[in-house]
Amino acid sequence: MKVRVHVSLKPGVLDPQGRAVHHALEGLGFAGVNDVRVGRLIELEVADDTTDATLDDMCRRLLANGVVENYRVERV
Amino acid sequence: MGLRAAVITFPGSNCDRDMAVALEQVSGTAPLRVWHADATLPDRLDLIALPGGFSYGDYLRSGAMAATSPIMRAVVEAAGRGVPVLGVCNGFQVLTEAGLLPGALLRNAGQTFICRTVPLVVENSTSLFTAGYSAGQRIRIPVAHHDGNYFADDATLDRLEGEGRVAFRYVDTCNGSQRDIAGVLNEAGNVLGMMPHPERAVEDDHGGTDGRALFEAAIRQLA
Repeated sequence: MKVRVHVSLKPGVLDPQGRAVHHALEGLGFAGVNDVRVGRLIELEVADDTTDATLDDMCRRLLANGVVENYRVERV
Repeated sequence: MGLRAAVITFPGSNCDRDMAVALEQVSGTAPLRVWHADATLPDRLDLIALPGGFSYGDYLRSGAMAATSPIMRAVVEAAGRGVPVLGVCNGFQVLTEAGLLPGALLRNAGQTFICRTVPLVVENSTSLFTAGYSAGQRIRIPVAHHDGNYFADDATLDRLEGEGRVAFRYVDTCNGSQRDIAGVLNEAGNVLGMMPHPERAVEDDHGGTDGRALFEAAIRQLA
């Protein structure tokens, strides 16, 4: 089974990378971009019987840093 | 009796030798060298040092992979018993990822790698590692990092300040760190993480020796 883990910076945490991408988009002439936040997508191939609790544990212990990041698990 | 210290080397550490040389120069005893895949630490350690570098190529997040390595379980256990732990630069990142220190180290606010000697203010002069300085003293220590932007929520920052656990602060805004924090202590005071490199400021040839007092203070109390 394929699982996607979407990791994003928590609101309020400064994202200099997103800010730089925002500037670059403006430099390319794209108007109307109000904000850019850069996150991370992690794709896992796991056993079909992997529980939500186990996936959550993976996220909390390694895939995301709960101090600054949120995560969302998506079973594909 | 000499200092019985251990310097941990992760794949991608690059300041482990600098740390070992600094400890040997100040204490007179060469530290033990420990590899990340070791499951146990040497016994009766006086001090554990986590060096700077780019462990595991900074994959996932700086320090995240190293925090899961076998030796870190032993380091966390030793720290819990009160063994002093010093984490510098990547070592600081590893300590936050391992949960030994609060907060996280994000990409520098200016997006650039910062490599220069910066002035710091010593905020806490009573801990094991900072007792060689006086409170409010200004020292000059090199920084060299891309991910040194210290972040913690306001409640955590207030607690750190209230408990005297901010060890060092940047005099000038350096990397976007909350409240210009450059180094923090754990609750018990035996774990210090800092982005600046005291081991790069122990000999005249380094261009400054302001880091020496950190090692001297710890060694005086431990050896």
